[in-house]
Amino acid sequence: MSWLTNYVRPKIRALVQREDVPDNLWQQCPACEQMIFHRELEAALNVCTHCGHHMRLPALKRLEVLFDDGAYDRVELPRVMADPLRFRDRKRYGDRLKESRAATGNDDALIVAFGKMGGRGTVVAAFDFRFMGGSMGMAVGRGLIAAARHAVLKNAPLIAIPASGGARMQEGILSLMQMPRTVLAVDEVREAGLPFIVVLTDPTTGGVTASFAMLGDIALAEPGAVIGFAGARVIQETIREKLPQGFQRAEYLRDHGMVDRVVHRHQIRDELIRLNDLLMNPRAGQKIVPLGEPGKRRKAGKPAVADGDEQDRNEERPAAE
Amino acid sequence: MQNFLEFEKSIAELEGKMEELRHLSDIGDIKIADEVSRLQTRIDRSLNQIYSKLSPWQKVQVARHPDRPHCNDYIAALIDDFTPLAGDRGFAEDAAVMGGLGRFRGRSCVVVGQEKGNDTESRVAHNFGMARPEGYRKAQRLMRLAERFQLPVVTFVDTAGAYPGIGAEERGQAEAIARAMQVCLDIRVPVISVIIGEGGSGGAIAIAAANTVLMMEHAVYSVISPEGCASILWRSGDHAEEAAEALKLTAQDLLKLGVVDGVIDEPLGAAHRDPLMAMKAAGDAVEKALEALDGLDPDTVRARRRERFLNIGNDKLS
Ligand SMILES: [Zn+2]
Repeated sequence: MSWLTNYVRPKIRALVQREDVPDNLWQQCPACEQMIFHRELEAALNVCTHCGHHMRLPALKRLEVLFDDGAYDRVELPRVMADPLRFRDRKRYGDRLKESRAATGNDDALIVAFGKMGGRGTVVAAFDFRFMGGSMGMAVGRGLIAAARHAVLKNAPLIAIPASGGARMQEGILSLMQMPRTVLAVDEVREAGLPFIVVLTDPTTGGVTASFAMLGDIALAEPGAVIGFAGARVIQETIREKLPQGFQRAEYLRDHGMVDRVVHRHQIRDELIRLNDLLMNPRAGQKIVPLGEPGKRRKAGKPAVADGDEQDRNEERPAAE
Repeated sequence: MQNFLEFEKSIAELEGKMEELRHLSDIGDIKIADEVSRLQTRIDRSLNQIYSKLSPWQKVQVARHPDRPHCNDYIAALIDDFTPLAGDRGFAEDAAVMGGLGRFRGRSCVVVGQEKGNDTESRVAHNFGMARPEGYRKAQRLMRLAERFQLPVVTFVDTAGAYPGIGAEERGQAEAIARAMQVCLDIRVPVISVIIGEGGSGGAIAIAAANTVLMMEHAVYSVISPEGCASILWRSGDHAEEAAEALKLTAQDLLKLGVVDGVIDEPLGAAHRDPLMAMKAAGDAVEKALEALDGLDPDTVRARRRERFLNIGNDKLS
């Protein structure tokens, strides 16, 4: 199924165009077509100040606003074999990888971070859509397993924030195999009794939706995000009918029972803090507050060592157990 | 009447000649009988030549061959007392997914698989083997049933993919697939999967997260159809042949990649030339796979399946 068709192509074009105009101080909202000053848009986290339309937000920016004081550690992800199939279409996959690495500064499409969110140690696995459409290959699959294990190690909730066109075709069957692998990853979090919360952002489609992204204990979605399995064009070509208004949008999924809540980007951090607290701190009134400054804070951007820190673990465990 | 594939033209010609000769041989002429056997040798030699080095794109054609045995054929050939069970208990019955109880070489089991159908009417009835969420939810239900009664699960995978439709999306196609995989990986009984024809993407892996994944010699298994891949990466479906090449979707490639555990030999000229022989070979392989798991306690069976998937790609570390 070519679910990537609808999302990846126009976006890649959009990115290229944007870079062609160097002093792009004003940006047009694709929904209401009003112009927004770039600084204003940035301050609003890429939410249109006129109509509230949510444009895409780079993964790093997302992490910065989710964690307390914007401070977090990058969790070092295991390396995987690059280009296992020696895949080549009109371009070599190896070259595509190099370009994406140069353009984004990331190794692959997944960034895993650990830090405090509302004072609670939390693991966040965020997709970078700019990296080959956020597609899921071996690196992303292993990254999610690492994220899940780090959450278990730290006794922390896992938050996944997909923004992905689906499986990475250039890794063939090995990308398909990441679907069961990510299911196993979130199972580890679930079996440890820890929350797994998914924040579905635009777009979440294909093999990513049909694996870990639909298995959250709680599923939040950003307004207007496209979320689905098959691409809209594929569906249209198959059924030859007009698609209903708002098809595969976050609100549509909520109305059809597939997500719990559609949450404005500016409220997501508070929402996650509250949910984690409700799930992990069932008797807040009896919580024993630890003395002194909890734990040592590492600098943002520095990879965390993936071993357990007893002190961290104890203090992040809910007090009433 | 046989359906010949494009690359089988030489075979079609020889078979045509053979047909003519067979009419004549009713007369009982020894010379004609000789000719028939010589022709048969030539046909076999050509078949062997063609089928021993099929290109990936040719394999795709063979895997989709209309005369190739489908899920229901495998069930009829291998499962005694098959008792189909229907419905997801939530919304509907989805005939794209066949499932039920039966006895495989003496042991009770649960069978699940996608059925494509073999004529217009049955193809429509089975939605061409493209399941909706209800099909995957039925699969989940039957796999849980298997676990409750400690029965092994055998799945026959043959689908172009999950059905892309409005209703399917509304009722959670993605969730149904994810959950089916989760159940498949979770149950404490052996799960054996055989990719019998087309292993199409998420629609296939939903019921193929097994302890042992076997693949017929000329089956294909891929993250996306070559046509779909070509239309995205080459911007034109005309490049499907190149895409098939690049995707490494043949049983032989997947064995090398460690994604399948065994390749089941097909008869000369592929399964559609001798379905019974192909299905028997599949049965033998499934039996062997089940025997290898006999005597293991349920937790170990589950743990091994999970390890299997966690290990995929690990030896390819750079
Ligand atoms: Zn706007």
